[in-house]
Amino acid sequence: MKKRYAKLGLAGKIVVLGIYLVFMVFPLYWMIITSLKPRNEIFTLPLQYWPKHFTLDNYVQIFKISKFHVYLGNSLFISLVAAAIVLVVTILSGYVLARFAFRGSGQLMMAFFVTQMIPLFIGFSTLYMMMSKMGLLNKQASLILMYTVGLVPFCTIMLRGFFQRIPASLEEAAMIDGCSRLGALYRVIVPIMMPGISATFIFAFVQNWNELFMAIMFIDRESSKTLPVAMNSFITKFDIDWGSMSAATVLSVVPTVVLFAICQRFIVEGLTQGAVKG
Amino acid sequence: MKLKLFRLNRTQTFIFLCLLPTILLVFGFTYYPIVKGIDVAFRNYSLFNLTDVRYIGLDNFKTVTSSAQFGTILKNTALWVSISLVLQFTIGFAVALIMRKSFRGRGVYQGFVFYSWALSGFLIGIIWRWLFNGQIGVINDLLLKLGLISERIGFLSDPKWAMFSVIVANVWYGVAFFAIMLLAALQSVPSELYEAAEIDGASSFGQLRHVTIPYIMPTIISTTALRVIWIFNFPDLIYGMTNGGPAGSTHILTTYMLDKIVFSGDYGQASAIGIICIGILVLFTTFYLFATRAGKAGDF
Repeated sequence: MKKRYAKLGLAGKIVVLGIYLVFMVFPLYWMIITSLKPRNEIFTLPLQYWPKHFTLDNYVQIFKISKFHVYLGNSLFISLVAAAIVLVVTILSGYVLARFAFRGSGQLMMAFFVTQMIPLFIGFSTLYMMMSKMGLLNKQASLILMYTVGLVPFCTIMLRGFFQRIPASLEEAAMIDGCSRLGALYRVIVPIMMPGISATFIFAFVQNWNELFMAIMFIDRESSKTLPVAMNSFITKFDIDWGSMSAATVLSVVPTVVLFAICQRFIVEGLTQGAVKG
Repeated sequence: MKLKLFRLNRTQTFIFLCLLPTILLVFGFTYYPIVKGIDVAFRNYSLFNLTDVRYIGLDNFKTVTSSAQFGTILKNTALWVSISLVLQFTIGFAVALIMRKSFRGRGVYQGFVFYSWALSGFLIGIIWRWLFNGQIGVINDLLLKLGLISERIGFLSDPKWAMFSVIVANVWYGVAFFAIMLLAALQSVPSELYEAAEIDGASSFGQLRHVTIPYIMPTIISTTALRVIWIFNFPDLIYGMTNGGPAGSTHILTTYMLDKIVFSGDYGQASAIGIICIGILVLFTTFYLFATRAGKAGDF
């Protein structure tokens, strides 16, 4: 009797996981399939769930009608540089907040948490003026700066969690051997923390790669546009041409999905720590 | 004594220097603009006329709240947050429970179902805009094939359906968050607890109710609270999918705020909406913490 229930239960579980899998995979599948269809197949009924003819025309088209390679390059450059700066800055702050208790450290953590709750648009008018005064409007530096700003609080919290798991005795030993604290941090602790640091880096990269609204605000020049800004002008300027739109979407999505798939174990570990520990 | 003092100072200097970049960035480029932004809410501050930015008291708040759309926007915000949250949580919890015990291919499966987390809300909006397309959208096609509808539905052009559609997309996006967080929490439940419950003859439902849920309650409380705030502050998906349309029927507070910035350039009104948002979130957080603490106190 119990065995039969167990079997039924197992079948039920498989069905649920199967439905969830289809639900999650189908939208991306459909986008990819659309991007590989010739125009007449996209816009005529009945819909083809598997293209009759595969074509890369839509991909060729987006590079023809827009400076897509420029947008890709900009997104890559800005995302990488900002993520690298975030790491340098937050390794220091995360380490200090994990190792030392000092007056105001609790309040500082609270101040970092609160930044995650405030709708960022409130500050936009001031930020726009600040960027304009610093001469950063339409320059990639504006986004590198603001993406760093946006990520510093969360990545500090995240890295602090990783540092807390590493016993302080490790760097103390290195310091007795004559390392400075900073030296011990970079030569002893950082190498051990590589999984956590990579997770933080990838998280930061993905956030930067995806950011839209600040990029719309600060960038209005073709040569500095990032991918999301370009996509935004595709949908606001023209009637959406779903052939090239789907190709552009796939190209914007693939890097982050692949990164996520490769490193998901570390990312998941990194992101869940704080919440689970409470 | 002198030496000790000197050493202490060195450590303090180290702490200070390590935190300095972070503090400068966070306070200079987050808190300072926000404080200035709060001031803007009480001014006549429009991009098209920046020569006259005088204080106008509560006029921005009055204009915003007395607009004909405002009631719909509040209702939409409530629906957006509550339905998204309940569905994301329920599905995410169910998936996490099933995935708790390791099985072959679990890692690969996770890669296929949790990737939505790596996408931007804006792109997800675009993807679902295409799926929900009224003429050649695949969802209409599937529903027709299954015989569930007899003619195509204008999911994004019919105000009756539009809000429903953006919420579906949001559920798709957010299930992964709960599944990941709850799965991690479930795996931290000590197996002795289950063994003890089994010896006591608890059914699997009994185990869920008396062992699992109480044990992971802190995670449930913190993730749902974070998620409410996060969904509330998440205009990206709606912006990409409907941009608040048709006829303003899918605006929530934050997309309305965005609309004021991008299309009317009225920063004063946008900031006023922002302050209303902060007010709602502060109320929510206070109430939620109070309620969950009270609930906990009742248990013991």
